[in-house]
Amino acid sequence: MTMNVPKPLIVWVCGAEIGLDRASANSHSGDMPHDNPDHPHALLPPDPALRVKALETILTRKGLIDPAALDEIIDTYQNKIGPQNGAQVVARAWSDPGFREALLQDATAVVADLGYCGRQGEHMVAVENTPTLHNMVVCTLCSCYPWPLLGIPPAWYKSDAYRARVVREPRAVLAEFGVTLPTGTTLRVWDSTAEMRYLVIPMRPEGSEGLDVEALAALVSRDSMIGTALVQMPT
Amino acid sequence: MTRVHDMGGRFGDGPVVPDAPVAPGAPDAPDAPVFATEWHARALALTLACGALGQWNIDISRHARERLSPKDYTDFSYYEKWIAALADLLVERGVLTEDDLTGADLTSHGTGQRPEQGTRGDAPHPLAARALQADAVAAVLAKGGPANRDCDIAPRFSPGQAVRCRHPSDNCLVDGGHTRLPAYAAGARGYILRLHGAHVLPDSNAHEQGEAPEPLYAVRFAASELWANPAHPGDQVIIDLWQSYMAPI
Repeated sequence: MTMNVPKPLIVWVCGAEIGLDRASANSHSGDMPHDNPDHPHALLPPDPALRVKALETILTRKGLIDPAALDEIIDTYQNKIGPQNGAQVVARAWSDPGFREALLQDATAVVADLGYCGRQGEHMVAVENTPTLHNMVVCTLCSCYPWPLLGIPPAWYKSDAYRARVVREPRAVLAEFGVTLPTGTTLRVWDSTAEMRYLVIPMRPEGSEGLDVEALAALVSRDSMIGTALVQMPT
Repeated sequence: MTRVHDMGGRFGDGPVVPDAPVAPGAPDAPDAPVFATEWHARALALTLACGALGQWNIDISRHARERLSPKDYTDFSYYEKWIAALADLLVERGVLTEDDLTGADLTSHGTGQRPEQGTRGDAPHPLAARALQADAVAAVLAKGGPANRDCDIAPRFSPGQAVRCRHPSDNCLVDGGHTRLPAYAAGARGYILRLHGAHVLPDSNAHEQGEAPEPLYAVRFAASELWANPAHPGDQVIIDLWQSYMAPI
């Protein structure tokens, strides 16, 4: 393990805080599959593309899935839901102080009013970058990400390297995205460990004063709403 | 002891590779395609569609990926983990049998054809009536699955209050069970930033011991509290943590 965790002065007995006796709690889970040494997935073809096809075939023949529903899901995340949604939210926050204030107070309600709600965006929080505070988002335990606003996460967001490193050395990771923050800027990394999903509101770039919402939205990149990029005016 | 997915703070991984080479000061390059290959898209869609059968919750499905052997977890690409965990869950929950997986006849795919739904004279599957249909996809995705609940447990902590995380970080209900307390925060001192409300407790819900909702907080940790030699000790990590993960200091 690579933890450098200071040892607590008081050993906190696991379970005591929620009033559960550990042995009796375990007895409830006797019939729950947990670690399965037989790995049913190994019965499928090892090649991943064939493995997916095999499972889809089996499930389709049993009537458990409708391939047309799969097409619809794919079309949704390939063509309908993506970072263009989040960019609209950011551009409106830049343009409308009342919207910005409401967004920072209750992002779930505000983005739902725009139609951006649902799976993996049930509980939203907007966090705003300022000259003294920069926000970044990660999910170290899996790949949690605000789907209704940003779509399906990019490969780098789901990579071991990003998940492992960004909490420990966020500025080194930022440098790999070409971003250097002033040392006086506090950096906050949000680890999405629960069902709360975070949208970074990047700083509005200088020189964008005359732009309308649509022109502003066009400036806002996906990565800037994760916190690994800044928004810049085109050169 | 934790599992291999719990990798926050780990040493040894290489650089993060953005979608396209990044030149300092240059505008962002276009994003890579949403799905790098067709089977990635099918794996995601298949997983979502199977979730609609209602045989597990999101915490059970996350734990299924975490329960892949350390070797599989490391060797598999992202969507290989999804599809392996899905196959495991389908068998464990009795939706499919091991014989179903072994006997996969892929001849229709050899010709590029799609299988027809409910063919080959199989008896109707008891769950077939729940199969997600194309015209229901938009509504199901828009509905999602909120995790907030009414809860009798009063918030114990206030914003600004100092707390210490459980150490070790393990699930207290089930040995080796699912938890959302990252190992890197075990035993660490943090400060309550905000209360999110009461949410389903994954440690219980992943093991069908009830939703057990309790207050959930965003908690602020200084880099100097989490790491031995942080380059910027004043930088912060914010972690969403359930009330039972923490004790007052």
